[in-house]
Amino acid sequence: MSASVLYDAPGPRGKALNWVYSAIALAVLAWVAWIVYSKFDATGQWEADKWTPFLKSETWENFLIPGLKGTLSAFAVGAVLALAFGFVFAVGRLSQSRFISIPSAVVVEFFRSIPMLLLMMFIYFMQQPLGLETNVFWAVVLGLMLYNGSVLAEVIRAGVGALPKGQAEAGVAIGLSPGQVMRTILLPQAVRSMLPAIIAQLVVLLKDTALGFILAYSELLNQIPKIDGNFDNLIPAAIVVALIYIALNTILGLVANFVEARTRRVGHTAAPVGRAGAVDPVAAEAELVQKGNATGGTMGSGL
Amino acid sequence: MDLISESGSAILTSFGLTLRLAVFSGIFSLLLGVVLATFRVSPVPVLRWIGAAVVYTFRNTPLTLVMFFTLFGLSYQLGFSFDKDLLYRNNFWLAVLALSVYTSTFVCEVLRAGINTVPLGQAEAARAIGLTFTQNLRLVVLPQALRSVINPLASVLIAMTKNTTVAVTIGVTTATMVNEASGQMKSLMERNSDQILLIFIIFAVGFMILTLPIGFIAGWAAKRFAVIR
Repeated sequence: MSASVLYDAPGPRGKALNWVYSAIALAVLAWVAWIVYSKFDATGQWEADKWTPFLKSETWENFLIPGLKGTLSAFAVGAVLALAFGFVFAVGRLSQSRFISIPSAVVVEFFRSIPMLLLMMFIYFMQQPLGLETNVFWAVVLGLMLYNGSVLAEVIRAGVGALPKGQAEAGVAIGLSPGQVMRTILLPQAVRSMLPAIIAQLVVLLKDTALGFILAYSELLNQIPKIDGNFDNLIPAAIVVALIYIALNTILGLVANFVEARTRRVGHTAAPVGRAGAVDPVAAEAELVQKGNATGGTMGSGL
Repeated sequence: MDLISESGSAILTSFGLTLRLAVFSGIFSLLLGVVLATFRVSPVPVLRWIGAAVVYTFRNTPLTLVMFFTLFGLSYQLGFSFDKDLLYRNNFWLAVLALSVYTSTFVCEVLRAGINTVPLGQAEAARAIGLTFTQNLRLVVLPQALRSVINPLASVLIAMTKNTTVAVTIGVTTATMVNEASGQMKSLMERNSDQILLIFIIFAVGFMILTLPIGFIAGWAAKRFAVIR
C-alpha cells in the first residue's frame, strides 16, 4: 500500500490547506534552523578557520584517511569473518544431527542476545589473561564477527526455510547426500533471495565499527578528538565524519540495489522472497514483518 | 565469589540504571517513531521530506557518534543542558535523547512497513466513508499496522536495550556515581583481571534477563492481538 491511498487526491481546498500546512512546517523548520544557526554563531562554529582544515590535504592525510582505513579494515575483515561464521552456523543449525544443531543454536542465540559492546570489551580484556598481546583491532573485529555472524546465520537459515519443500526433496530423490543438497541446491537459492537482508546487515556492521571508539581503536570517530585538538573544531569535525559515514552507507545501499536488480533480472530463484523487489527498504521490511510473524521470531534485527 | 559479595549491589544498581535508560528511551522512541511515520506518509510534501531526511541521517550514522555528539557537541559546545547543576542527571537525559532519536528512526521504518501490510481496501473504505487523512490513520490504518508489527517492534526494543551500553560514551552514572552496565563491566574487568570470564557471564545473563521478557511478551501479544483477515 503506497502512502497516497491514505488520502484522496486533494481538490482546490485540499491543495490550499496543504500549502498552509507546508508553510507552517517550513516556518517551524526555519525557526529550528535559526536556533541552531544562532547557537552555532554564538559559539563561533561558523568561523572560517574551523572549517578550512577540511579543505587541506594534510587534514585528510593525517586524520581522516587513517581513520577511514581503520574503519574500513575492521569492516572488511569483520564482514568476511561474519559471513563465514554465518554460513557455518546456519548450516550447523539446519543439520539433521542434534549434536550439531543444538550447540549451533545455543551459540547463535547467545551471541545475538548480548550487547556487542560487552562482547568487544570481553575479548579486549580476555587477551591478556590468555597470554596474548592486547590487540584492540581483533577485539573489535571478533566482536563484529560473533554478533553479526549470528544474525547472518539466522538470515540465511530463514532464507533456506522460505524455499519450497520440493527443492530439498527433489535433491534427496536424485540421490544427493544431505550435505550436497544444502551446498548445491538450498544455499545458492537462499543466499540469492536473502541478499538484500544480508547487505542490510553489512550496513549495520559498518556502523558498529564505531563501537571501536569506546575501546580507543583508531577508527573514524576517534579522529574527531584529534582533529579538535589541532583546530579546536569539534562540531565541524563531527559533522564531516557523520557525512563520511552516511556516504559509506549510501554506497553500500546502492550496491544492495544493484545486486537486487541483477538477481531479479537473472530470476531463476525458486524462493518467493525476491519477488517484491526489495529495492525499497520498506518493502523488504514489510516482508520481514510478515515472515517474522509467521515464524514467531523476534530477535532478528540488530540496529 | 568475593566478586559477588564486594560488587553485587553495585552491579544491581548499574542494571537498574540501564533499565531506566531503556524504559525512558523506549517510551520516547515509540512516540517519536509514530510522529516520524505520520510525517512520512502525510499529504504535506514538506513533512514527508523532513521525515525522510531525519530517518536517513540517523539510520546511517553510528549510535556512538550520535552519543558523542550529544555530549561533546550539543552539551559542551552549544551549551544545551537538561540540568545545569547535576551532571549525572544531565548525562542521563542526554543519553535518553540520543537513544530515543536514533531508535525512533527504526520504529518509524517498522511502522511504515506495518502500514504497507494493511490491505488496500481498508484505507479505501475509510476514504469512501469520508474520513480525513488523520482520521484514516488514527482510526483505521495505524491500529491495524501497530498490531501487525508487534514482533518487529519488540526486535527494535530489544536492540535498543542492548544499545543502552553505548551510553558509556557519555558516561551515564547514578547519583552515587555507579556506571550503567557496560561502564560497570569495564571497570570491574580492569580491577579484577583474574575473573574476566565470570564478570562477562554475569553481565551477559543480566542482559538476557532484561531482553528475554520483551520477546516473550511480544510473542504472546502478537498472537493475542493478531489481525484476523
